[in-house]
Amino acid sequence: MSNILAIAGRELRSYFASPIAYAVIGLFALVFGFMFYAYTQMFVRQSQQFAAMGGPLSVNQNVIRPLFVQISIIVLFVLPMITMRTYAEEKRSGTIELLLTSPLTDLQIILGKFLGAMGLYASMLLITLLPISLLFWYGDPDWRPVVTAYLGLLLVGGAFISIGLAISSLTKNQIVAGVFTFCALLMLLLVSWLQDSMGPVGRAILSAVTIFEHFDDFSKGVLDTTHLVYYASVITFGLFLTAKAVDSERWRG
Amino acid sequence: MIEVQHLTKRYGRFTAVDDVSFRVEKGEILGFLGPNGAGKTTTMRILTGYMPATSGRAIVAGFDLFTQPIDAKKRIGYLPETPPLYPEMTVREFLLFCARIKGVPKKAQRAQVDTSMEKARVADVAGRHCGKLSKGYRQRVGLAQAILHNPEVLILDEPTAGLDPKQIMETRDLITSLAGDHTIILSTHILPEVSQTCQRVVIINRGKVVAIDTPENLTGQLVGTQNLYVQVDATGDAGAALRGVPGVLSVTLADQRQTIAGFEVQSQEGLDVRRDLARAVVSQGWGLLELRPLRMSLEEIFLQLTTEERAAAAAAENADRSDARASADADSPDGDEAARADEEEARHV
Repeated sequence: MSNILAIAGRELRSYFASPIAYAVIGLFALVFGFMFYAYTQMFVRQSQQFAAMGGPLSVNQNVIRPLFVQISIIVLFVLPMITMRTYAEEKRSGTIELLLTSPLTDLQIILGKFLGAMGLYASMLLITLLPISLLFWYGDPDWRPVVTAYLGLLLVGGAFISIGLAISSLTKNQIVAGVFTFCALLMLLLVSWLQDSMGPVGRAILSAVTIFEHFDDFSKGVLDTTHLVYYASVITFGLFLTAKAVDSERWRG
Repeated sequence: MIEVQHLTKRYGRFTAVDDVSFRVEKGEILGFLGPNGAGKTTTMRILTGYMPATSGRAIVAGFDLFTQPIDAKKRIGYLPETPPLYPEMTVREFLLFCARIKGVPKKAQRAQVDTSMEKARVADVAGRHCGKLSKGYRQRVGLAQAILHNPEVLILDEPTAGLDPKQIMETRDLITSLAGDHTIILSTHILPEVSQTCQRVVIINRGKVVAIDTPENLTGQLVGTQNLYVQVDATGDAGAALRGVPGVLSVTLADQRQTIAGFEVQSQEGLDVRRDLARAVVSQGWGLLELRPLRMSLEEIFLQLTTEERAAAAAAENADRSDARASADADSPDGDEAARADEEEARHV
């Protein structure tokens, strides 16, 4: 465990020592801030119209939920930038030799890198707490869907990171790792477009595969074990692929 | 302390290391010598557990690297060809991180980082970022990292590459001073380095061991015939005068510049003719400019062995013979016999 934390700590430190962490967090904060502003503006306009008709509008339904769905999509764009260097950079600079010849297991290295990336991702999500808390300051939304939505975001991000880690472990080139990760994650989003043209079985399979389908319930405030198991499986699978890639690299030399 | 048995590593069809066997005793410094691409780095990477061998066994400090990698790695310090530094960390931060992942107990971490920085002489750059260090410092921080957890075995891949002459000397001194407590394997393609620091040398070429012996034996401190180089500033026939010394078998003119002539003198076995030679020259009133034993330099041995190997690979019957020699070397613990045979051969070619 101490080994895992040592590696996670080093990863996190290296993110914050390079411009990557600041670029990623800054970019994310900018886009999120814009979206937050747009959604609250829209909400204010709509609630004025609805107030004339009588019914009050729910902040949860009209601001928080769509906002979190949007965040999960921004995350898709941002996370490849975090994961692309994890293995690729160590292989290019030769520091992987230090890790692989130290008394560490592959699993400790992989989990350390995973936790390090998760740490940066979590601090990125931390930024969003400020605008969200404004909603609580001025309004009275239900806090439970917010909590499940954050949990959902962590799981979506975890799944993305484990996929990114696996792809990064296959190449020496950061850019290649980044582009491939981005494409892979984008495909996970786009595959849902085919749903309408599929039969009932195909549709069921696609909705099971699509990574964002599973996020929807979290943003509604629903905690379903199906989705928890789904994300846990994707994360485990990604880390397993990473372990296999690292091992096969070792044999091929 | 280190035992390598029939190690073979193949990349696809290419055989990088071919049936390499050797032993290193506790406290010894073993030099690993070979041209670029001979399989030095691959062997070292197998010994450090970076990659597994295709076949064969490597045992370090009693632990098999394939079956008990963690236990073995705890006892190995490794300096790869390029020092593995994280550019964004300061030297101290980097070494503390290394101490953690190498399993140094928490309480001892700071003290051990300080000692290793002192030993490797990097204490003055403790606060500098690794990415901003000069090549010499990077190499030494890499060395500090290798000795950090006080490992029983040190494996150093070209520890003096990229250093200036003064740093090379300092690094050599450091390595020699470490030898007592640590068992060291170092690779190099700089030949004088081997004769100065190593107690034994493994010469490897095209993945095969071509010789294992002490540098002295390899450089040919022959007990048999003695070869001397004599340089004389003579007005008469110096060659005849030298030939007249009892015990001298042959005298050949090696070089001549005006009155200054250099001779290669071969003398009888077990007879030290240096005093007589000097007397013979001086008594004529000539100047004796130089008188030194002639040894085959490690460079010559090295070239001989590695090119011989190449020639041998071409001819089938030769290949068999050199194989037999390589394995004879590997099996006999001193390998003196075989190396001497090499010597003889080298001289007659």
